[in-house]
Order: sequence, then structure tokens, then C-alpha cells
Amino acid sequence: MAAQQPPAPRGPSHRARPSARVEKREQVVIRIAGDSGDGMQLAGDRFTAEAAAFGNDLATQPNFPAEIRAPQGTLPGVSSFQIQIAEYDILTAGDRPDVLVAMNPAALRTNIGDLRPGGILLVNSDEFGRRHLTKAGYGEDPLRTAEFEQYQVHEVAMTTLTAGAVEPAGVGKKDVARSKNMFALGLLCWLYGRELALAERFLAEKFAAEPDLAEANTLALKAGWNYGETTESFAVSYRVAPAALPKGTYRQITGSTALAYGLLAAGELSGMEVFFGSYPITPASDILHELSRNRQHGVVTFQAEDEIAAVGAAIGASWGGALGVTSTSGPGLALKSEGIGLAVMAELPLVVVCVQRGGPSTGLPTKTEQADLLQALFGRNGESPVPVVAPQSPGDCFAAAVEAARTAVTYRTPVLLLSDGSLANGAEPWMVPRLAELPRIQPDFATAPPSEGVAHQPYARDPHTLAREWALPGTPGLEHRIGGLEKSDGTGNISYDPANHERMTRLRRAKVDGVRVPELAVDDPDTARVLVLGWGSTYGPIGEAVRRLRAEGHRVARAHLRHLNPFPENLDEMLRRYERVVVPEMNLGQLSLLLRGSHEVDVRPVTKVAGTAFLTEELADAVREELTAKEPTARERDKAAGAVAAAVTR
Amino acid sequence: MVSTVPEAPVAGTPPAAGALDLIPRSEVPLKAKDFTSDQEVRWCPGCGDYAVLATVRALLPKLGIKRENIAFLSGIGCSSRFPYYLETFGFHSIHGRAPTLATGLSVARPDLSVWVVTGDGDALSIGGNHLIHALRRNVDMRILLFNNRIYGLTKGQYSPTSEQGKITKSTPMGSVDAPFNTLSLALGAEASFAARALDSDRQGLTEVLSAAAEHRGSAFVEILQDCPVFNDGSFDVLRKEEAGDHLIPLRHGEPIVFGDDGEWCVVRRGFGLRVAATAEVAAADVVRHDAYTDDPEYAFALARLSDQELTHTVTGIVRAVARPTYDESAREQTAQARGAGDADLQQTLYGRNTWHVN
Repeated sequence: MAAQQPPAPRGPSHRARPSARVEKREQVVIRIAGDSGDGMQLAGDRFTAEAAAFGNDLATQPNFPAEIRAPQGTLPGVSSFQIQIAEYDILTAGDRPDVLVAMNPAALRTNIGDLRPGGILLVNSDEFGRRHLTKAGYGEDPLRTAEFEQYQVHEVAMTTLTAGAVEPAGVGKKDVARSKNMFALGLLCWLYGRELALAERFLAEKFAAEPDLAEANTLALKAGWNYGETTESFAVSYRVAPAALPKGTYRQITGSTALAYGLLAAGELSGMEVFFGSYPITPASDILHELSRNRQHGVVTFQAEDEIAAVGAAIGASWGGALGVTSTSGPGLALKSEGIGLAVMAELPLVVVCVQRGGPSTGLPTKTEQADLLQALFGRNGESPVPVVAPQSPGDCFAAAVEAARTAVTYRTPVLLLSDGSLANGAEPWMVPRLAELPRIQPDFATAPPSEGVAHQPYARDPHTLAREWALPGTPGLEHRIGGLEKSDGTGNISYDPANHERMTRLRRAKVDGVRVPELAVDDPDTARVLVLGWGSTYGPIGEAVRRLRAEGHRVARAHLRHLNPFPENLDEMLRRYERVVVPEMNLGQLSLLLRGSHEVDVRPVTKVAGTAFLTEELADAVREELTAKEPTARERDKAAGAVAAAVTR
Repeated sequence: MVSTVPEAPVAGTPPAAGALDLIPRSEVPLKAKDFTSDQEVRWCPGCGDYAVLATVRALLPKLGIKRENIAFLSGIGCSSRFPYYLETFGFHSIHGRAPTLATGLSVARPDLSVWVVTGDGDALSIGGNHLIHALRRNVDMRILLFNNRIYGLTKGQYSPTSEQGKITKSTPMGSVDAPFNTLSLALGAEASFAARALDSDRQGLTEVLSAAAEHRGSAFVEILQDCPVFNDGSFDVLRKEEAGDHLIPLRHGEPIVFGDDGEWCVVRRGFGLRVAATAEVAAADVVRHDAYTDDPEYAFALARLSDQELTHTVTGIVRAVARPTYDESAREQTAQARGAGDADLQQTLYGRNTWHVN
């Protein structure tokens, strides 16, 4: 049991001189959970910054309710933040926490099922009174039940201790309560031997205008650290050594920020002004926010009246020579589909960012899913091909955004960039690229008529890329009209000629099919029989699962598709090289459908639509089944069509 | 009695004129035929669109700006074919969305004169949301709304401006919807410029369009025109012998008097306006038109003189006031951010907390 009186204040230094025994860990998974107003995301974010600065590899995943403030102390109001830190390169935020911080009974109830047996449980015992227990649906104090004997339970009166610690700051009761997340952060920092300097600096800057709040939060932070150091309730503290990452300069970054930076970089690399049209929608709005606070780089952000206006304005800006970008999530992509079709027909550059979330309809706004793949590829009327690019990690959103813009400008086409909720909100260390080393993007605007007396041909094409001429308004002699009606090849005039429509439809397809994408790289050190093929944010979980299976002695190959349209040229060969291809995705088998349709091969879907990413464990189990299964019989192959349905029950 | 009607209109140049100052001047004089594209015009014989096209082709060279710096955008409908027939830059977009494209273009390109051509279905039905928001933001664009009170391209369904009770293919028992009062809708959306003209009134249309071209911000112009195939004679009350009793031409600074012999005039009534016999009111009570007053109530009262029977329909410039434009404000913010912030993108990428792995 924890001591209930505030520990004696220590000197100013918070260097790790632990009184407790120190144990080394290769990695650890920590989850902090509390009410959505408790500041769990902020505390998690600060712990992430400490770990990053220390040099750990890390990955984080927040989980919050769709409601901004669900009723206090209730199960739907619980917000949590998970981080995995390690001394080696990790790919996910981890399956099950080793440490769970529960700020109230509701947080305990919704998260305890994930804590590893033997794990550390820190609870704010002040919140475990009758009223809060009842709100969370507990009849009695669960901490007194036999079930909790499997954990190392530490009951800490965080509210009381925080109140005592922040008293000198003289802040109100509400602000005292709000500071307890910093107490929890301080305690976690002690537990993992982290200094407080960064967090203190952060608080000083965040509350620069309110010195009393800065003081209160800093006092709470130190009190948490001192609590671990001074009381004897913790016999052990832990150390996770820095990871050996590739040489470079790193920072911590979320997918939303990386994506926004990628768009800014594309503007700089192309010399084009970025015009970003968007309508607020979870979980895409953070891109709008990030760009809006970076106007110094020449980006114009336009918060439109609706999703349709957002894409329309981006197309209009593109026509004028800007880099037109629009961002949304699944429901908004549905609304933008006619606009995207117009850009396909008009053959104008446009980047469309879809941060996928659970669907259909409003679905699960704050949860992740990959179920907009088919919408991105086919969700428009007519034959309307667009390139589709999917980043695989939060930091990779930068490169994917640059690539989407490069393809859009080079080929004069809309490009769909498919992120998702887990990428957008997840964070990881990111090796910051050097802009000067990235290849330029060449818009190659048309500047003059071909020659005196020869009419300009707005739909004349580059023989290699099939990209059409892009003549900006304001260019003398190149006046022309474009639009959504079918164009005559070359002149761009309206044409209802059947042969012309046939030709233009095939040209638009050929242009997108001809977009150059790198070959699919297969990681196969042991000449495996089974290939695990994923796309998008499943990169991390698949990587961890494959690592685990190889450690068990299994031979398994893996590859990850970044380009969903067009596919890499060697995909067909790779699909045929392996006896079985396992395709994990967070939908009911959309990539599997594409692979079967376009390559006439069977694949084994492993699907999940729970609003959360695959756990390493469940993915490893699913792939292990495929590895150990005997050769598929012809009859099994015939039954493959039913595999999607079978996977649902998995 | 409370009245919002201005007492003394101010003469002089319109408050928001100067839109053309940002656009490169043409070095050579241009003619109407310079603005005629090689595309065959394909509207039905007798369509009011022809008259508007001829007026616009004649007007554009008079603006004195470079042809390549003019952009016409449209949505879907008969009138939206307009850009194909002009030798300028043109974009025939999708149904109802032209104001959105024009917004992006206007923000990105201050050196262009941006025009939107739309119809009553395109602007007021499927594109109603974009119209009101473009006007609210006051994005620099001229919006020409061709109002024929019918869906022509889809062969004759009633539109949001069709009179209640209209018999059409989709309303064989008569439509039950009340129509929009187009001008009051635009004014309600905070239009900084609102005007109306008849397609066949070349002089009136030219005056209105010239002023719209000069206006900085969203200039809303309703053009009344007939669809000879599906709604012939829709505006006959404003064209036939007794048209003088129904048409109220507005001129800034002049008393609002109309009728073939000036027998009608507009006077105050409560919060609004009414039509009176000129002989029965004192000359001092006749309202002098003030398009430049900031009070939108006055312009609104003018718009409300008309009903769906067109008994008293104002034409000319109802309102022309100065208001900050969205596009210019957005560009100013960009310039301000560039001046204040650290514009080195590489530094932004690094952020404030980096670490090095050697």
C-alpha cells in the first residue's frame, strides 16, 4: 500500500538517482487511461517526447471517444494513450501494456483486460469511492478482489497528493484537479529513469501567459517524480536503453503532421503555391490545423462550406496553377466523388487525402479502418482511374504526400492518398529528410502556341507520360476551354463521337496504368512458401508478427504495397512465386478482391474491423495457421471464394 | 414612422470599383470578334442566351484588359455552355459547383477577371449552398445568373424560381413550392453587389455587366431570359405593351419613377417601400435610389417590390457597396505570415525537439 502523505520536497535536481533497484528492459508498453477531460493525451504526448529525446525507438497510439466530453467518470468517456518504447526498432505501439495507469474506475474497467498478468497497475485511489465505482458499473472495489492479485497494484492518492503539492501556486480547485495528469507523468518518468527537464520546459512555454498554472503543473510533475523516489512502494525502477537507429537527425512526429509537412515540401519542390481546401472532419482535421499554422510557407488554407466546395476550390486553384489539395475522411470522400471525376476528365493535378475511419455512414469517427480502398479506386461514375498511394507509418505520410503531389503534377491527374486514423494520430521517431536532397517536381506549364498560326492543343500529350499540356490562364495565345463533357483528343473540344470516347477512355486509363511505381520489394531471408502481403498502416503489426514467427523458427516472407493503383509491375510474379499469399487488412477483404480480380490468383484474407489495429499476437496466430496448414487441395482453392466470410469469424 | 430609406444618395464612383486595376491591360485594342471562339453556338433558336452572349462579346473588349486574363467558369445547364463560345480561358464544370472553382481560382490568381455563368437550377437548387457562401465571403467573381424559371437542358421541369402552381412534366398538377425571390436571396447572403437586367435590354445589361466587371468582390447579376422551348413568354409581362407599368429601372441618385409617362413612383411604407401614383404623392416623397448605402434593408425592400407575377420588377444596380474580399484578405494573411514567420521549411521540419543518431 502506498503512503498517503506527500513526500518531502527534494532539491532542484531530478536526475535519476533511484533508491530502488534498477532493472533493464528491452522494451516496455505503457498505457495511461482516464476521463476524456483528464489530460491523458497530453501526459502521453509528454512522456513520448521524453522517450524520444532519450533516444528510444517508440510508437504511440491514442484512443479517444467521439464525444468531446462524455459524462465524467463513465465508460464511454474514457480516453487512453499507449506508447511502446524500446532499445531496438519497433513497429507498433504494442499489444498489451506492461504498465497501466488508471485515473478512475471507468478507465480501469475498460482497460484492465489488456494488462499483462504480472503487469504494473497504478490507480488514482482518490477516485475509487462508491460513486465512481457505481458509475463504472463496479458493485464493490475491484482492487480488493482476487482477480487483481495477478498484478502489481499501486494505489496512489494522486488527487490528494497533487492538491498538497500545488498549494503554493494558489490556483483554483479546478486547476488543481487538472494538474494530476502531470503527477502521473512525473511518476512514470521516475519509474523509467527519465529526467523532467523537457517536460518542465514544455510547461513553462505552454503556460507562459499564466505563470500560476505553469507553477502548479510543474509542482505536480515534480511531486509525482518525488513520490516514486521517496516512498518505498516501488521496489524496482526500470531502464530501457536508447535504440540503435540509422544515422540521422530525428524528431517525433504524428501522421497528420508528417502529411501536412509533405504537402508543404511538395509546394517548395515544385515552386507552386499549395492551395488546401478542406471541410472539418475527424480524423482528417489535424492536417487542416497544421497547414493553417504554417501559412509562412505560402500555403493557403480554405475552410469550405462543405466537402464538395473544398474539392471544387482545389480544382479551381489547380486550374490557375496552384497545387490543389483537399483532405477528408470516408463520408467526405463520397461527397467529393463527382469533383474528383471532373479532375479526371479535365486532367488537372489534384491531391485528395482520405484519412480512413470506421464506416459505413458516420460509422466510428475516432477509430481506424481501411475500408475506403475500393471507394478510392472505384467510387466515381464512369471509367475514372486515379493513382492510389498509401503510407505505411506515421513518418512515412511525409514521403507519401510528396509522392502523391509529384504524380498528380507529372501526370495531370487526381491522386488518392489513403491514410487512416491510426496513422494520423500515431507517432514515431522520424528521420528528418533534407529538402535540398529531394528531387524537384516539374510542372512544365505550356508557355506558347506551337508556332504562328497553329492552334494550341490543350489535350496534346507527352508521349512518355501521356500527360496533357497544362496551359494556365494568363498565358497569351493559349486560351482554351475545358470541362466535364467528353473531350476531343487533342483539341479538347466537346465531342460525342463514339470512337473518340472509346479512345479517350482508354487513354485516361493508359495514363494512370503507366504511372511509374517502384517494384515491390519482398523481404524473404529464408526462401519461404508463404508471403504476407499488406498495405497501409498494417505495416507495423505485420512486421512485428513476422518477426515473432521467424523467431519461432518459421520461414515467412513479407511485402507491403504502397501503390494500390497502378500495382508494381512485378506484383504478379511475386504472387505466383509463393504457395500461399496471406493478406491482412482492416476491412472485409478489399485488397484480396483486387488481387483476385486483377491477377487471377487466390489469396488468404485475414480481416479485422474492430476500429483498432491488428495486435501482433492475433496476426501471428492467423499467419501461423497458414504456415502450418498442409498444401491447399484443389477443392480448398475452389472454396477460396468463401474465405472472406470465414475470416470475419476469426 | 421608421424608415430605412436613405435621405440623400451620394453621387460619384461606386464604392467598390477598381477590380480591373489588378488585371494586366491589353496593349492592342480588341474587338468582339476577338472574343468569339471557333465553336458553333448550339442553343435553341430564339433562346435568350444568344442576346446575352452578343452583349458580353461586345462588352469584354471595352474592359481594356488582356483576353488571356479573363476566365469564365460555369456549372451545368443550357447557360453553362457559355464559356465554350468565348475566346477566353473557360471551364465548364459540374452541376452547381462553379462558384467553388471560381473561389479557388480567385484566391490563387488575383491577375484574372473571374466570371461565373449559371442558371436558376444550377445556382439556386443544386448549387444554392455555394452561391450563398461565395456571396457571404465576398470572393472576387462576377456571377451571371440566367433565370428562365425552368429546367431547359433536362427538358422542362419546374425550377426554384418557377411560379407556384406551374404546370410542368414533373408537376402536372401544378408545383406546390414557393419560388425564391432571387435578389432578396442574394442580399440575405450579404451580396455586396446585386443587379438585374433583361436579356433583350442590351443597354441595361451592358451597364449592369460593366459595373459588375469593375466591382471588387462578388457581383451578383440576375439576367431574366426566356426559354422559347419549355417556358416561352415567361417574362412577357416585362416585354409587352404594358411593360412600362411593371419594370422599375433603377439609376443611382435619381428618383424612382416609372411607367411610360412616369405615372408611377416608389415611396416609403413602414419599414419598406411601395408603389404609388406619381400624381398622388409629393415630389419630395418619391424615393431617390441609393445603390451605395450600407443599409441592406433598403435594397431588400426594392427586391421585395416584385413577386412571382412580376408586377413590379426592379432592374439595374440594386446595391453596390464595398466590403473586404475573401481572396484579398487571404492573400494578405499569407503575406503577413511570410513576413512574420520563419519561412525556412527545413527548420519547420526539424521542429524544436530533435536528437541525433551518429
